[in-house]
Amino acid sequence: MIELRHLTKQYDEQVAVRDLSLTVSEGELLVLLGGSGSGKTTTLKMINRLIEPSAGSVLVDGRDVAELAPHDLRRRIGYTFQQVGLFPHMTIAENVGVTPALLGWSDSEIRHRVDELLELVELDPDETRDRRPDQLSGGQQQRVGVARALAARPRLMLLDEPFGALDPLTRHRLQQSFIRIRRELGLTAVFVTHDMVEALVLGDRIAVMRAGRLVQIGTPGTLMREPADDYVRLLLDTPRRDARLVAALLEATS
Amino acid sequence: MSEQLALLPGYLTAHLQLTLLALLSSAAVSLPLGVALTRIRWLEQPVLSVAGVIQTIPSLALLAVMVPLLASLGLRSIGFLPAFIGLTLYGVLPMLRNTVTGIAGVDPALKEAARAVGMTPAQQLRRVELPLAMPVIVAGIRTATVWTVGIATLSTPVGATSLGNYIFSGLQTRNYAAVLVGCVAAAALAMLLDGLVRALEIGVRTRRRRRVGVVVAAMAALYLYTGLTLVAALLPRGGRPVTIGAKGFTEQYILAHLLGQWVERETGRLTTQMQSLGSMVAFDALAAGDIDVYVDYSGTLWANQMGRETVGMDRATVLAEVGAFLAARYGIQVAATLGFENAYAIAMRARDAELMRLTRISDLAPLARGLSMGGDYEFFSRPEWTAIRDTYGLAFKEQRTMDPALMYQAVAEGAVDLISAFTTDGRISAYDLRVLEDDRAAIPPYDALILVSARLAREWPDVLAALTRLEGSVDVDAMRRMNLAVDEHGAAPSTVAADYLRRVLSQRIGPSVPERDARSGTAP
Repeated sequence: MIELRHLTKQYDEQVAVRDLSLTVSEGELLVLLGGSGSGKTTTLKMINRLIEPSAGSVLVDGRDVAELAPHDLRRRIGYTFQQVGLFPHMTIAENVGVTPALLGWSDSEIRHRVDELLELVELDPDETRDRRPDQLSGGQQQRVGVARALAARPRLMLLDEPFGALDPLTRHRLQQSFIRIRRELGLTAVFVTHDMVEALVLGDRIAVMRAGRLVQIGTPGTLMREPADDYVRLLLDTPRRDARLVAALLEATS
Repeated sequence: MSEQLALLPGYLTAHLQLTLLALLSSAAVSLPLGVALTRIRWLEQPVLSVAGVIQTIPSLALLAVMVPLLASLGLRSIGFLPAFIGLTLYGVLPMLRNTVTGIAGVDPALKEAARAVGMTPAQQLRRVELPLAMPVIVAGIRTATVWTVGIATLSTPVGATSLGNYIFSGLQTRNYAAVLVGCVAAAALAMLLDGLVRALEIGVRTRRRRRVGVVVAAMAALYLYTGLTLVAALLPRGGRPVTIGAKGFTEQYILAHLLGQWVERETGRLTTQMQSLGSMVAFDALAAGDIDVYVDYSGTLWANQMGRETVGMDRATVLAEVGAFLAARYGIQVAATLGFENAYAIAMRARDAELMRLTRISDLAPLARGLSMGGDYEFFSRPEWTAIRDTYGLAFKEQRTMDPALMYQAVAEGAVDLISAFTTDGRISAYDLRVLEDDRAAIPPYDALILVSARLAREWPDVLAALTRLEGSVDVDAMRRMNLAVDEHGAAPSTVAADYLRRVLSQRIGPSVPERDARSGTAP
């Protein structure tokens, strides 16, 4: 469904992404994993042209995205990110309905769709609809963010550390919700994170990036069994190391 | 007071016209420009710097500079246009800066979200950036509104009527009631307009349709009123009125009323006044035909317009040559000499003059180092002062520039020792001052002349004829008494002029018997 071909992004002297190629199949969730400065977010934003590549191309459903008007492209791709970016001067319903409104849906269609989506992300439509973003908690805001991304029924979704700023319990609940929603809708998704556990829980495949390059791509099992280098091994080992640390602490205190 | 309040509708309407139209065009320039600057980032600093520099020009100077600028472009340089352009420029910076700051200050996450949900650049601007920047932009509009209403009071010296007319003429004629009316009305207008803008913003932000409707209706009504009154003013109504100019001091106000009332009575034509013009503005306005008539003084023209040597000139020569020069260079005609001189003079407290045994300016030279001298705004930069200084070798301890309305009080109270007095000013005797004799004739003669524009002479021979009949109609004592009546007794210049016209002029000249013709008819 998505194909990145020799994608490169260069800012003056600095290369953010270097000659990156990969494909994402229909219905798959690919995690882009890496530390800060690895180029994972830049890669993601080149898919919906929030960033224009210096070289290479992005194909969605076999079409080069450079041939589409950016706004038309983005109306067909859901996008959520860590800061959520709900418009503070609009109600929740207006935020969720923004892309359908841009697409010229009728008011009643939009109203219906908004309620449907609020229920999908486990918010009470009657209670939420007319509120302002600042009246919601962080977790609720990100649920609205997901609803907004899904409003125009995209088949592809891009997520840039969407749960990164949430407390662990909320993050866990949202991850579970997201797994369910993705299954229900059969979404294809690219998910950026630096959280190893999140990558393992959500990803069908994981692409590990470092310093603008793709180091290894494969299923979590493949990466665990056959890490391409020490960096990948160390990265994949973090959850286990943390678990051992926690176990040791528990033993010492009991 | 009631006399002042009667002027309020006219001044307020003119003030509203200036302010509202200037604000509208400031907004029309700065809001789109501000948006453009957020798109073309490299232009931002240069453009904001230019706007900032305009802002640092003192407002009075900015308005005054418009006069020669417009004149050099061949446009109407006096009146509405220079004030309107000056005010427009002044309003640009706060609106421009706040538009740029407001839009630049929108959270980058929201800008990214706006792009990501599929908005076109225009939609990003209209649906996200402008609404979120609105409070900052409105703050800029409100700042500009209050400034513009305030600064519009400075339009008076460039010939645009405004509430400043109260303030300028009130300060000159010591009519503090007038000053108060002008200030209070300007402040009230500023608060009203500011309040309207604020109410509109709150209404829009909280989405109260009715409230927005009411405010928009109020604003529309104001603009409609402005537009209608402007159109009405432009429509010819009984022909163009004769425009009489006056510089910014008491004598000029009185004479402008005197000429206006006389012309209306003699010719039946309407007249209008343009008061408190700067000295050079008045002359330029006459030369350009923006005003039709005003009174100037032979010595002033001789020294300033012609740049001639002032020392030892006799009255008749100056008069003859000034007349020839004005006609040849500008087509301006001297309709009449009024019959008095208003000369510059050096005056001091009579008591001090006696103590120091001073009667002539020559006596002053050895003592000058210990004395301070006050002059009006122009005095120390005028060629007449250079001539006096050089002729007598004067070097004072201190030279202070002050408002002519305050000079007499300043010398009487001892704030300065000498002043550049005007010989027709009634306050010379009222404050017990002594004029020192110009024993070496450094100061030129200053006959008061009625000057008329080439156009008036051409198009309105009846007006010219009426003005010509004022030859010799005001002597120096009469002028002094009239000045004193306004300056010290609080009479209105128009009343003083009307009085004089009724009591004195009518008997001396008679309405329809041109004195000159009668005289020449019976000449031996």
